[in-house]
Amino acid sequence: MNTRFLTSLAAGAIFGLGLAISGMINPAKILNFLDIAGAWDPTLALVMGGALAVTIPAFRWVLKRSTPVLDGRFHVPSRKDIDLRLVSGAALFGIGWGLAGYCPGPAITALVTGLLPVLGFFAALVAGNWLASRL
Amino acid sequence: MITATEFTPISGLAGGLLIGLSATLLLWANGRIAGISGILGGLITPSRGDTGWRLAFMIGLLAGGVVYSLATGGMDVDIQVSWPWMLVGGFIVGFGTRLGSGCTSGHGVCGVGRMSQRSIVAMCTFMLTAGLTVFAVRHVFGG
Repeated sequence: MNTRFLTSLAAGAIFGLGLAISGMINPAKILNFLDIAGAWDPTLALVMGGALAVTIPAFRWVLKRSTPVLDGRFHVPSRKDIDLRLVSGAALFGIGWGLAGYCPGPAITALVTGLLPVLGFFAALVAGNWLASRL
Repeated sequence: MITATEFTPISGLAGGLLIGLSATLLLWANGRIAGISGILGGLITPSRGDTGWRLAFMIGLLAGGVVYSLATGGMDVDIQVSWPWMLVGGFIVGFGTRLGSGCTSGHGVCGVGRMSQRSIVAMCTFMLTAGLTVFAVRHVFGG
């Protein structure tokens, strides 16, 4: 098996474990974070803070390399312009996130529960992603 | 319905550190951004020679959930809205993240991680509309 697949598999597993340990696979925790006017659960801020505490210094260090370890170049977005697609896409994403309490990562990890509403959310997410790719 | 949840700072921070570690591993080894909507999008509209690592990451995301469930006896998942809203939410999340080139991981963890202005704008935007949506659902139309 290709080493690149193994590192990607490991990264995915660590990510999924992080989502599960932090409780982000539970939409109730997400919606209670977003509900500042209700019974606020600040956990998500610590999850994001913990992740950024690693990526902000580590990405700076990694991107000083000329190439990644297993690829010829870094596949990092280079665009700098703030356009309507970016802002309207992000605005729509937030509305869907606030309705259901799932963003893509936690919804995928939570598929292993076999709960039908999670499967339905994921199927609809795939359909929405595909439709937007046609625009 | 609204399920009360407890503030869990230790497990939240621990999970967040793991997520940051994962994103660092993928960038360092594969040169890729750990943005879930982007990785998935490349499987929905695949291009030759660019699907293996994406599939491996997706299998990993599921494996992480399996390992956690086996170790702790299951995941707490409290669905908060009815079926139709889960479908509507999923569709809008899929559409919006593709249109806006990223979600909480790609723009949030990774984009803000490398101080991308586009990602900072995107994260502020989706945090704002998500908060307004929850406010509208729970405090204006609901309750």
